[in-house]
Amino acid sequence: MVFLTRRATFSASHYYWNPGWGAEKNEQVFGRCANRNGHGHNYTLEVTVAGEPDAVTGFVVDLKWLKAVMEREVLDAYDHRHLNLEVLEFLATETRATIPTTENIAIAVWKRLERAITEAGGARLTCVRIYETPEIFAEYRGEA
Amino acid sequence: MLSASHRLHAEGLTEEENRAAYGKCNNPHGHGHNYVVEVVVGGPVDAETGMVINLVALDEAVRSRVMERFDHTNLNFDALFAKQVPTTENLCRAVFGLLRDALPAGKLEYVRVEETENNFFECYET
Repeated sequence: MVFLTRRATFSASHYYWNPGWGAEKNEQVFGRCANRNGHGHNYTLEVTVAGEPDAVTGFVVDLKWLKAVMEREVLDAYDHRHLNLEVLEFLATETRATIPTTENIAIAVWKRLERAITEAGGARLTCVRIYETPEIFAEYRGEA
Repeated sequence: MLSASHRLHAEGLTEEENRAAYGKCNNPHGHGHNYVVEVVVGGPVDAETGMVINLVALDEAVRSRVMERFDHTNLNFDALFAKQVPTTENLCRAVFGLLRDALPAGKLEYVRVEETENNFFECYET
């Protein structure tokens, strides 16, 4: 079994705000991240797939294909966007929101990639890792 | 780090199929990478030495089995790649096999090979 990881970067803005809470609680829980004018990060995305290298090509998957899938499914939607305001899975209602924390971004990216990778056959998605800064990352490995 | 060249070309495919499958990597003259190899061993900490493994012995195994064999070489000419394409998947698996055989049984957990800063491969026992 070989695990193959491809990196990509994207830049996006966001803020943390739970619409079910008042301003005071949001500011208490989220601190500087609750600033409604938003702030931004350079995110690094690492996508890991696993499988046996193909007997003819020696590939687990074609890296060019994986890059294209990551660009189409994730970067086209996230790069140079405001996650709260422009990305479907983080759009808030009046009472609730999936807050674009690094944790939730990892889960959202998994959901965006899983179908395309599974449908292609040959390899399975095993890990999505998102770095928000070089010091912080979240990993999602699907529901065990 | 080991610096080596390779060309991705499968004998079972036509010229056209090879170009379609491997793109730039199918260039007849090959191309090179600085591969970064990470070797991870695991096991109980020995009560007398305080070590999982003797790092000098680990370094020696990596030097003699991997670096001397592959560094500043063309991977396509290595016997291990006579019948398989030297993709980094297969290089990673080859390095794993060479080190597994050189290290005390059960110590080698996995091998990671970074081909570029944007992709890397990990091989575990299967």
